[in-house]
Amino acid sequence: MADTEVTMRVWRGDASGGEFKEYRVPAQEGMVVLDVVHTIQATQAPDLAVRWNCKAGKCGSCSAEVNGKPRLMCMTRMNTFVPGETITLAPVKTFPLIRDLVTDVSFNYEKAKTIPPLKLKAKEADGTRRMFQEDVDRVQEFHKCIECFLCQNVCHVIRDHEENKEWFAGPRLFVRLASLEMHPLDANDRKEVIKEQTGLGFCNITKCCTEVCPENIHITDNAIIPLKERVVDEYYDPVLWLLRKLRGEQ
Amino acid sequence: MSDKYETHEYDVVVIGAGGAGLRAAVEASALGVKTALICKSLLGKAHTVMAEGGIAAALGNVYPEDNWKVHFRDTMRGGKMLNNWRMAQLHAQEAPERVLELEEWGALFDRTQDGRILQRDFGGHRYARLAHVGDRTGLEMIRTLQQHAVHKGIDVYMECNIQRLLTDGGRMAGAFGYWRESGKFVLFKTKAVILGTGGIGKAWKFTSNSWEYTGDGVTLATDVGADLIDMEMIQFHPTGMVWPPSVRGILVTEGVRGDGGTLKNSTGKRFMFDYITDYFRAETADSEKEADAWYEDKKNNRRTPDLLPRDEVARAINAEVKAGRGSPHGGVLLDIASRRSADYIKKRLPSMYHQFKELADVDITKEPMEVGPTCHYVMGGVRVNADTTASTVPGLFAAGEVAAGLHGANRLGGNSLSDLLVFGRRAGLYAAEYAKAHTGAITVDMGQVEDIANTLLAPFNGNGGENPYSIHADLQNCMQNLVGIIRTENELRQALKEIAVLKERLKKVSVEGHRQYNPGWHLALDLHSLLSVAEAATLGAIERKESRGGHTREDYPEADPQFGKVNIVIRKKNGEWTLTREPLPEMPDELKALFEEKK
Repeated sequence: MADTEVTMRVWRGDASGGEFKEYRVPAQEGMVVLDVVHTIQATQAPDLAVRWNCKAGKCGSCSAEVNGKPRLMCMTRMNTFVPGETITLAPVKTFPLIRDLVTDVSFNYEKAKTIPPLKLKAKEADGTRRMFQEDVDRVQEFHKCIECFLCQNVCHVIRDHEENKEWFAGPRLFVRLASLEMHPLDANDRKEVIKEQTGLGFCNITKCCTEVCPENIHITDNAIIPLKERVVDEYYDPVLWLLRKLRGEQ
Repeated sequence: MSDKYETHEYDVVVIGAGGAGLRAAVEASALGVKTALICKSLLGKAHTVMAEGGIAAALGNVYPEDNWKVHFRDTMRGGKMLNNWRMAQLHAQEAPERVLELEEWGALFDRTQDGRILQRDFGGHRYARLAHVGDRTGLEMIRTLQQHAVHKGIDVYMECNIQRLLTDGGRMAGAFGYWRESGKFVLFKTKAVILGTGGIGKAWKFTSNSWEYTGDGVTLATDVGADLIDMEMIQFHPTGMVWPPSVRGILVTEGVRGDGGTLKNSTGKRFMFDYITDYFRAETADSEKEADAWYEDKKNNRRTPDLLPRDEVARAINAEVKAGRGSPHGGVLLDIASRRSADYIKKRLPSMYHQFKELADVDITKEPMEVGPTCHYVMGGVRVNADTTASTVPGLFAAGEVAAGLHGANRLGGNSLSDLLVFGRRAGLYAAEYAKAHTGAITVDMGQVEDIANTLLAPFNGNGGENPYSIHADLQNCMQNLVGIIRTENELRQALKEIAVLKERLKKVSVEGHRQYNPGWHLALDLHSLLSVAEAATLGAIERKESRGGHTREDYPEADPQFGKVNIVIRKKNGEWTLTREPLPEMPDELKALFEEKK
């Protein structure tokens, strides 16, 4: 890289307002966006607020919008940009701003409390809990989730509609629900909760969540659509509906 | 009682929400005591999330010959017999139960053909012993515990940083800290405190540790007079990334070698065969043929030297680089590409594949990785009772990396996650019992609280102009250069001098801005504990005049049997450190016999 300097516009401000401020720092080989932020902190803006932990793409703390694209700052290499290009760094939009790049993500933690937990099936006759790799494979995909909440951030149901958050759980929680529903040891029934309390029906499978997932979880295809099918099978199957009518059930 | 500060009252306050803290909170809460869980990051982001390879537990699923006695023996020998034998025994005995319990809470480990938990090879373990999920076992563990804790309705205080503990007549009485979001102070009155705060690796420049590893728990305990032991025992993990500079230190799991990877120098030689010490000679393969056959047949072959304990491998890499046989960027080569299929590598090591591809433009299914030692773990820490995890301060308990004793002079890979579960549970259990036994009001000295509050706000009033980031960088350079893998008295004494200067500079630290989510202020406060643990580690390293495990002295290159019988105990009285050598607990004869059978 010919350029020895990188230029970054970083959002500075809080809930009451703010502005982008431009910083220049020396370039270093292999740098990621989070390195630039740390250099800015150490040399120019010690109070620049940012959330981060592992710096290795494993904890999901450093989500932000880099040139308008939701990314993990620690996994976004500077050499993926045009040399000399000014990079714009903003906090994720869907959650209330606390300060600078830090937002209030408590929405996700509150929703997590409402998910019905694992309810264990009985053990095998020999006292063990056997599960086979092919049965756990699809749930292990969901367990890769690092809770960066980028999928929540891009979901159009809540991104521009604060009022929908009350009754919409969002893709992260759909993945969580799918992981429980498909867990080989689970005996809980969450279909009514999914239908009535999570807003799953409002997802119109635009796959924005899948596109931004840094763990490449197939959120739409493997979690959301199968959940929708379960709800449909339970509540909207015409044959079952007719049988229930004939039997005089609800 | 002043209502100047937000105040909460609990029976048990758990500080730290990694594996140990979460497991402790789950246990204490289940026993019916009022429990709070406090963490300085968001829930689920603690350092446990970065653990890769697995949880060591003698389940015997892959090798039925495995049992707690073999695990116990491996742990003690890996720790160069400096371990607390009782902790090592409890750990080996209880780990399988804890892993199975995790499965009942929803964890999905990789499976054997017959549907049980699969186990993988790791350094220093005689049999394939690590329950795992690819190379993201820590994520599985923390998420399982997190969700379990959430469903149990435990009170969680996120992004809340505890700065000082409070005592009343020598007993635990409270904890005081700040909310990161608002910068406002918060007071917890409590009968018991459990530390599950992790390690101290951020005092070094090249480290696999996250920003949280600033030695908070060790320092909270030190500041209320608790004993520390083994602070000189620092583990440098042999395989951290070395290139590019911005990722230097990030962990490369031992699972790469467990799954068939091998270390090579610049001449292509598998150099670990040159570094088999007498201590491990009888159980280590001495030819490439035997080493490679061992992966498939452990009965008729001895273990590959690539999987010697971490202290041995880190020293070997260090020596190869010093001898001029290193890789282009000052590490050595870790090759799995030429030894396993691309599909196998992607299945077994998906995070490593992703990490090298994204951060270093290296495809590990086609090219070797460049790796070198990185500061990873502290074996030393708060001295605890082996059964109860009680520290030497009544009401203060510690579990996980912040506690010392289980791992002795060197920790085996995989023994950390099991440590968190076994002793996290025990901490929750005994802290709850302690709290139940202590009825009556908790008294907190508000004058003391006021003094602490003033100290914590001092950086805003300071006009000394010292930048907290510069002090931290200078400390990291000092520890990296002078208290690293290979140590000498002169350099250690130089480090003490530099730390003394940094302590003076910290008094002149000033921060900009206001109290709301201000990382500069947070770092200025963390420097108190970083400098404290750095000093303790250096003092311990000067005192131990021998080489053992994670402590290698160029001026005392041999293990000294006399030092093998003692812990270096370090404590602070009236602001001054004192050091003593105290005998290790004596192992009972029936356990000693386990080491005589196999010489």
